[in-house]
Amino acid sequence: MGVRDLIQTFALGELRQGLAVTLRYFFAPKFTVRYPEEKTPASPRFRGLHALRRYPNGEERCIACKLCEAACPAMAITIESAEREDGSRRTSRYDIDLTKCIFCGFCEEACPVDAIVETNVFEYHGETRGDLYYTKQMLLANGDRYEAAIAKARAADAKYR
Amino acid sequence: MEDSVLQSFQWFWNLFGLWDWVWGWFAPLWPLTWWIIKILAIFVPLLLGVAYLTWLERRVIGFMQVRMGPNRVGWFGLLQPIADGLKLFFKEVILPAKADPWLFFLAPALAMAPAVTVWAVIPFFDGGALADLDAGVLFLLAVTSLGVYGIIIAGWASNSKYPFLGSMRSAAQMVSYEIAMGLALVCVLMVSNSLNLTDIIRAQGQGVFADYGAGFLSWNWLPLLPMFLVYLISGVAEINRAPFDVVEGESEIVAGHMVEYSGMAFAMFFLAEYANMILVSALVSIFFLGGWLSPVGFLPDGVHWLSVKMFFILLCFLWFRATFPRYRYDQIMRLGWKVFVPLCLLWIPVVGVWMMSPFNIWK
Repeated sequence: MGVRDLIQTFALGELRQGLAVTLRYFFAPKFTVRYPEEKTPASPRFRGLHALRRYPNGEERCIACKLCEAACPAMAITIESAEREDGSRRTSRYDIDLTKCIFCGFCEEACPVDAIVETNVFEYHGETRGDLYYTKQMLLANGDRYEAAIAKARAADAKYR
Repeated sequence: MEDSVLQSFQWFWNLFGLWDWVWGWFAPLWPLTWWIIKILAIFVPLLLGVAYLTWLERRVIGFMQVRMGPNRVGWFGLLQPIADGLKLFFKEVILPAKADPWLFFLAPALAMAPAVTVWAVIPFFDGGALADLDAGVLFLLAVTSLGVYGIIIAGWASNSKYPFLGSMRSAAQMVSYEIAMGLALVCVLMVSNSLNLTDIIRAQGQGVFADYGAGFLSWNWLPLLPMFLVYLISGVAEINRAPFDVVEGESEIVAGHMVEYSGMAFAMFFLAEYANMILVSALVSIFFLGGWLSPVGFLPDGVHWLSVKMFFILLCFLWFRATFPRYRYDQIMRLGWKVFVPLCLLWIPVVGVWMMSPFNIWK
């Protein structure tokens, strides 16, 4: 240990260097996102709450092909189909149990008519398990409610598909 | 001050015309009441200070780690300490099956009591000490030394391995740093020629610089700079704060002596730790930063200057915690015994020779 080291040690040189670093960061802008007031931007591919879409004329897109049911790795989707009065094939039941769903997005990928989609809504809750069991009516209502956002996200992502 | 408080009481009871009747039976109780009022005037701000020091710590360290810290409960999170306190208050105090019940509950009280008792001799302004003892420094050293018992007994009574390790570490650490602290104080006592805390502060108000109105250059920190640093660093070690917090060392021994405590029993240790932080900041301000004295001649002395100095020292403690990694146990021992104690032993004769020489500045 030379004289210079000794002086450096007793003058607390390295300690002062460290203190300077933390002092600098004290005044630096903070990374924290103040969540309810601020939100991070979400990708158009974000996989949140499910929705069933309709065509612009109001006809529901789903044709009860059950590809989503087959693709679902968590077996969260239950579909029953029936013939409607006009002879077209439609679902008589389309349920998603969100307590089972793992939000993988395979249902979305499997759908040939873009009927089942995942929106970027993630702020929802249920106070009992039953509240998170979404029926066809609830999913269609989600679709009607968020159609503008869904269509915008689809359009943004369309060129990469 | 006693008279003015009495007069305001008299005024209050005279509103109802009851003063003579009240004073008739209350007069013998007045001296006791006056003491209790004075004690509460120290104790309540101390507890509030402890509560808001926890908030300040979380905010300051948060800022230094480039995040916000608690900012949800009330404005800027200012109600956070109250929420924390309520939570601790309603939690169950668990007594481990193999713990010694008497010692287990004695320990938090033993940790808390010295941290509060010492405030009796702290002078907040000129003549503003609860007890202006002539042997104030002696009292202070004696009572702060008792604080280690709380930790050792807590570790022993828990009958569990991590608390035991923590208390062993604290026994060694606090005792060794007390020596360095005491020796650093010897220099202060030599230059101020008194064991009375009020006299120590008054002595710092005299000197060449103080005569020119730059009082802060006459305080002990400048002529006794090495001792100031030794005292400050030993103070951090004495209250088991980062980077000397091997006693708690949450990554090694979880929380040391506090592992088995919950609810209010844990809160007592917590309060004691923060009360000790405030205490050490007050002691550093008194011994080295001139206590209530104003740094420049044209501003009045008073308790506000003591508060400002204490606040600065407390910020430094938080700053240290945000900056330095924890010392290893053997490094703490080496720093205490091989650096601080020899440095103090060297500096005492230096100050002695200085005082005997013609360059003595403390006449």
